[in-house]
Amino acid sequence: MTIVEAASTLRSKELKVSDLWDACSEAVKTKNPKLNAYLEIFDADNAAITAAQKRVDAGDESLLCGIPLAIKDNILIEGKIASAASKMLANYRATYDATVIKKLKDAGALFLGRTNMDEFAMGSSTEHSAFGATKNPHDISRVPGGSSGGSAAAVAAHLAIAALGSDTGGSIRQPAAHCGIVGLKPTYGAVSRSGLIAMGSSLDQIGPLAKTVEDTRILYDAIRGIDALDATTIPDGLYGAPPPAGGPRNLRIGIPQHLLKEVIDADMRAAFDATLDVLARHGHTLVDIELPMSVYALAAYYIIMPAEVSTNLARLDGMRYGLATRGRMLLDDYVLSRTEGFGEETRRRILLGTFVLSSGYIDAYYRKADAVRIVLRREYDAAFSKVDVIAFPTTPSPAFMFGEKSDPLSMYLGDIFTVTANLTGMPAISVPMGYVERGGEKLPIGIHFTAPHQAEDALFAIGEAVEKTNNN
Amino acid sequence: MAATAKDVKKLAALARIKVTDAEIEKFTNEFDAILDYVGQLEKLNIPRNLGKEKPPLRNVMREDGAPHASCAYTGKLTEQFPARLPAQAGEGEHLVVKQIISYE
Repeated sequence: MTIVEAASTLRSKELKVSDLWDACSEAVKTKNPKLNAYLEIFDADNAAITAAQKRVDAGDESLLCGIPLAIKDNILIEGKIASAASKMLANYRATYDATVIKKLKDAGALFLGRTNMDEFAMGSSTEHSAFGATKNPHDISRVPGGSSGGSAAAVAAHLAIAALGSDTGGSIRQPAAHCGIVGLKPTYGAVSRSGLIAMGSSLDQIGPLAKTVEDTRILYDAIRGIDALDATTIPDGLYGAPPPAGGPRNLRIGIPQHLLKEVIDADMRAAFDATLDVLARHGHTLVDIELPMSVYALAAYYIIMPAEVSTNLARLDGMRYGLATRGRMLLDDYVLSRTEGFGEETRRRILLGTFVLSSGYIDAYYRKADAVRIVLRREYDAAFSKVDVIAFPTTPSPAFMFGEKSDPLSMYLGDIFTVTANLTGMPAISVPMGYVERGGEKLPIGIHFTAPHQAEDALFAIGEAVEKTNNN
Repeated sequence: MAATAKDVKKLAALARIKVTDAEIEKFTNEFDAILDYVGQLEKLNIPRNLGKEKPPLRNVMREDGAPHASCAYTGKLTEQFPARLPAQAGEGEHLVVKQIISYE
């Protein structure tokens, strides 16, 4: 059931809010042990359910009113544990609501539980969760993607109507693609990060994972907006007036053919080309574009991101909250808490970040990566004078098997198409584009579109066009 | 540019993390591969002076003032303290930390 369908059954009185909650909660309790999508299932908040019912009965227009959602474990809900799937924060209880949670509560939404993820959002498979991996509902021998893998699996397996995730290098879009749902990384600054456990602060964005583009838009509209608690949030129109909305319009789709050679599985490439063909037949224009600096985006990302990770995670020292292991001296307290609290991938990225920022190497790595970022952004700005959106497959391959990418670099290479949008701050969406077969199982795959800053509307338009091609 | 086992040990000390000998070896090998990959940027010839880009959003200010009543969140925050000294007459709760100056 989608948000739109659920909202309509609540308004037609086919279901009461409590019925919808019970049905979702029951499904979660039955199916979660197999998938491990949720780390914690919340008890019913009867006051919130009653209040939502009253609002629905009074004809409230908020489509999210009474809708049960899943929330990634790095987004703070007051009074609930927010562990970022780490031992470090396993006992940390949020002392306030994240701005996105406050907005969803105001809209009348309900929260089913907190979803599994890679520890501190670092990973592409949820295998780095301190509390066990989540399984892909399409094939439980495969990963759901990550880091928002729990949120993606929950929505795909109908264990939530929709969910929130966070995206630093693809962490919403890649699991959405692997699980066959829609995922949006909004423009940098479109959604407040107050109350999001920080990973890479120049890259992080909170965004929706949902079954349809329409649901994605509803959730995005509910959480976006400028916020005094996050000084990086942006006002509407900062990047110029948006194009006039409304009515079906034909979009110019840029395809960087030179980036798509070799790295993509043959059947994924065929599905990508077939989807574009249908879009062209429906009146959209395909344009060949060149993005030469994009070849270096992944390398730049794996310098900038660990640098920011090592800085952000320095605050976790076992003093004021979280895991507190004690030694003889204060320094021992820090070292023991951090050593015991952080998992392997987290430690790896902290060390890498410390390395690229160290005085002997900062010019060769961090400053170079920052320069690449500027060039990359100019290159995209130039491309957007010719096209409205730029298309890639979301991932080079469908969901992989557990343990298949045990070498960290091979895992990182899977982010090749998603990281650029985080580096440029531009919005990007992944929409399902059919299936490919692996080992006798049909696995979903996604098509990925990037648009200029604050042009989320173009993403929703092209996303809905892709949904139509899937249905035809 | 390669990372040596000595580098990894030093980085771990800087990051306040302990790594075992087995991990040092593993991380050193992995870092070689990762640094080799990200090191492709070294060959890139990017003009030194890219020009100052003025970001569209900058210098976000607010009026001075108290955002909330004093001590409004103290109780909630101190509840999370792993080592807490309960409130005493005339004083609030305290976070207990260890001696900082070394014994040696």
